[in-house]
Amino acid sequence: MAATPLKNRHVLGWLMAMPLSVVLLAFLFAPIVMIAVVSFWGATEFSIYPAFQFDNYEFLFGSPVTYKVFGATLKYALITWALTLAIGFTVAYFLAFHVRSLTIQIALFLICTIPFWTSNIIRMISWIPFLGRNGIANQTLISWGVIDEPLEWLLYSDFSVILAFVHLYTLFMVVPIFNTMMRIDKSLLEAARDNGASGFQTLVHVILPLTKPGIMIGTIFVVTLVMGDFITVRFMSGSQRANVGRLISNDIALLQYPSAAATAVVLLCTVLIVIAILLRFVNIRKEL
Amino acid sequence: MEKRPRSFYVLAAFFGLFVLFLYGPILTIGLLSFQGPKGGLTFPMNGVSTHWFRDLFQEQAVGDIWGAFRRSFGLGLMVMVTTVVVSVMAGLAFRKRFFGSGLLFYAAITSLVIPSILISLGVGLIFNQLGLKIHWTTSGFGSQLTWTLPFGLLIMFAVFNRFDQSYEEAARDQGANAWQTIRYVVLPIIAPSLIGVALFGFTLSYDEFARTLLTAGSYNTLPLEIFGMTTNVTTPVIYALGTLTTLFSLGIIGVFLLSAWIMGKRRARLGSDAGKGV
Repeated sequence: MAATPLKNRHVLGWLMAMPLSVVLLAFLFAPIVMIAVVSFWGATEFSIYPAFQFDNYEFLFGSPVTYKVFGATLKYALITWALTLAIGFTVAYFLAFHVRSLTIQIALFLICTIPFWTSNIIRMISWIPFLGRNGIANQTLISWGVIDEPLEWLLYSDFSVILAFVHLYTLFMVVPIFNTMMRIDKSLLEAARDNGASGFQTLVHVILPLTKPGIMIGTIFVVTLVMGDFITVRFMSGSQRANVGRLISNDIALLQYPSAAATAVVLLCTVLIVIAILLRFVNIRKEL
Repeated sequence: MEKRPRSFYVLAAFFGLFVLFLYGPILTIGLLSFQGPKGGLTFPMNGVSTHWFRDLFQEQAVGDIWGAFRRSFGLGLMVMVTTVVVSVMAGLAFRKRFFGSGLLFYAAITSLVIPSILISLGVGLIFNQLGLKIHWTTSGFGSQLTWTLPFGLLIMFAVFNRFDQSYEEAARDQGANAWQTIRYVVLPIIAPSLIGVALFGFTLSYDEFARTLLTAGSYNTLPLEIFGMTTNVTTPVIYALGTLTTLFSLGIIGVFLLSAWIMGKRRARLGSDAGKGV
């Protein structure tokens, strides 16, 4: 009898985790393996054939375009990260420490999260009337006399790409940072004030360090979403800018699956390395 | 009450701008979808009409919008139910360490952070090579689960981190077996959170684009259909569609939030009086 409870625990755990494991095995693990395998295959114009060759990788690493595009992807990730962090932290700070009623806090928090449950594509499209050549932004600036002719770089540029990223993904910063801030013991803030800290000093020396786990989780979301994106860059740049995701999707459109797979493998490795570094700073399960 | 510091007003203004930033564009296309029949994609409004909404209902004008909507809705429900059931089971499993639980957890995190196009590409390749038919109910369904399940699981972690285990102990002490404890004690307590999981399951599936791109087969889901429209439709009809589907999303979110709220109210009203007499 003595051994059964322990054995039982493992068996029961596995049984209940089985559906999740099966889905992840079939639709996460298997596709990754498949991509890794196909990345060594060859391709003609119309079909792909099994092989074991390094041509795809040689081509990938031998092309200057690759480095440029990976650089652009990292640039998007870095700029978007900085902006979403600054905005997200400020919004979460306001919600957590300046709004006093819990009901209003929840209501305002919901206002911030509701767009997350609506369509990203629609949210991208909705920038067109604002940023276009005859859009609201240009019309307003002209009527104010700030500019004489429409700004061309508002739409279909790095600017619009990053604007859309910030618009789509700031929520991923607000939610975890707010969550962490709400768990900060308020007596710590009182203690800081009793000891003569100004509001700003409390923010920098008490709140900021205690909010780090939330910042890390938000960072993981934003960085991976931006690095893996292909649709925002394509749509918001009018196909004039490239990132790794677009490199892959272009290859797919040309039916060059092995080449797409090789790029995907390199992208996946890059993302996982970034995540592994970030995970060293935070224990996700404890922070929920 | 203490007087508000000046920083409050600055931050409140910042928050207001942020909300405007979040909702301004979508309100704009809401307005522009009422463009007159000769109106374009930007202001000024060329008259006010419901022309573009009527256009949507004439199928030949914009493709199979309603078929796409029905598929997205059906798929959303499938993904929602599966996400709730699978996440709850996994959440319960993860409360105790079992062999490989750490590995499974990291797999779920990987599923969350992996670029969506990899899932799309990988699943598409597997189905092609195995000669299986790519269809939104099979390959599309599975691909979307890799996005919704990690969210469901993370919510379950948050729920069980806050779960008071003494309820379960009490049930066991009174002779409930493991299944009875879960069915009559644990599940009713976590029920409102399950509404949250369901909300994530449905909406994330309903709006999912990248993971369905190569896995939906010949019948498009709504986001795929909308994206197709962006390349060849240059009239406000796309705004009309955007407005309608956003209103639909908001309606769904409203239903979920309302049911969570009602459940909370009912619970407060019908709650047990145990311990109140002490």
